[in-house]
Amino acid sequence: MTVLWVAIGAAVGAPLRYLVDRAVRGRLRGGFPWGTFTVNVVASFVLGLVTALAVDPAQAAVLGVGFCGALSTYSTFGYETFALLEGRAVGTAVANLVGSVVAGLSAVTAGYLVGLALPW
Amino acid sequence: MSGAEERPEIVDPDDDPGDAAERPEAGGPGRGPVPVLVAVAVGGVVGAEARYGLSLALPHAPGAWPWSTLLVNASGCVLIGVLMVLVTERVRVHPLTRPLLGVGVLGGYTTFSSYAVDVVGLVGAGRVVPAAGYAVATPLLALLAVAVGVWLTRRATARWSAGERR
Repeated sequence: MTVLWVAIGAAVGAPLRYLVDRAVRGRLRGGFPWGTFTVNVVASFVLGLVTALAVDPAQAAVLGVGFCGALSTYSTFGYETFALLEGRAVGTAVANLVGSVVAGLSAVTAGYLVGLALPW
Repeated sequence: MSGAEERPEIVDPDDDPGDAAERPEAGGPGRGPVPVLVAVAVGGVVGAEARYGLSLALPHAPGAWPWSTLLVNASGCVLIGVLMVLVTERVRVHPLTRPLLGVGVLGGYTTFSSYAVDVVGLVGAGRVVPAAGYAVATPLLALLAVAVGVWLTRRATARWSAGERR
C-alpha cells in the first residue's frame, strides 16, 4: 500500500516541479537556476512541516517520500551547478551551491517550527 | 535539433549554462504540455519508487547517517551527467526523452528535501559534526558525480558522431 502512496505523491510532485521551474525561469532570466532553487526550498519547507506534524505512515509516504521527494531534485541541482562551472561562471556556481544548501536547511527548520506551532 | 544540416547541433559546453538546450528540464519542441507532463509524472513515479526501495534496503533511523539518501543523490547525479551528454551532444532522441528520464526518473529519484531534513535531523540528535560533514559532503559529491558521469560518457562516446545515428 505504501508503494501506492509514494506513487500518488510523486505523480503530483514531479510535474509540479516541471511547471514551477518553467514559470520561475520565465520570470527570472539570467544565469542563476532560480527554478530548481525554488522547488528545492519549497519542498524542504513542506518536508520540515510534515516531519514536525508526526503524520501517520500513509501520509508520510504520500507527502514526504512521494510529493516532497519528487518535487525536489538533487540531480538537476548538481547538473546545473556543474554546467555553471563548465561555463566558467564560478561565482554563480558557488552561490547556487552554498545558497541552495543554506536556504534548504533554513526552510526545513522554518517548516519544522511552523509545524510545532500549529494547534493540531 | 532543428538545424538544416544533417548533423544535429552539438551543445558547446562553453555556452551560457542557463541555455534551455543544455538543461535537463527542457521539454520537447512543438508539443503541447500534456505529453510532457505525463512523461514527467510517469518518470517521477518510477524514480520515487526506486528511491523508496533503496530506503527500505538501507534503512536509517532519524538522526542516523543517511546512507540511502547519499547513495540516491550521488548515483542520480552520475546518471544525469551520462544522460545529458548523450542527449545534448551525442544522439538524436525522442523529444520526450529528457522529460521522462531527466526531469521525471532522475528528478523523482533524487531528493533535496530528504537531504535537508537528514541534516537537521542529525543536528537535532546532537550529532553536529556528522551533520556538518553530511551537509558539505553531499553537494560536493553530487558535483563530482555529475562530472564523472559527463567525462566518462564523453570519453566512451568520443568517436560517436550524432549524424551517423538513424
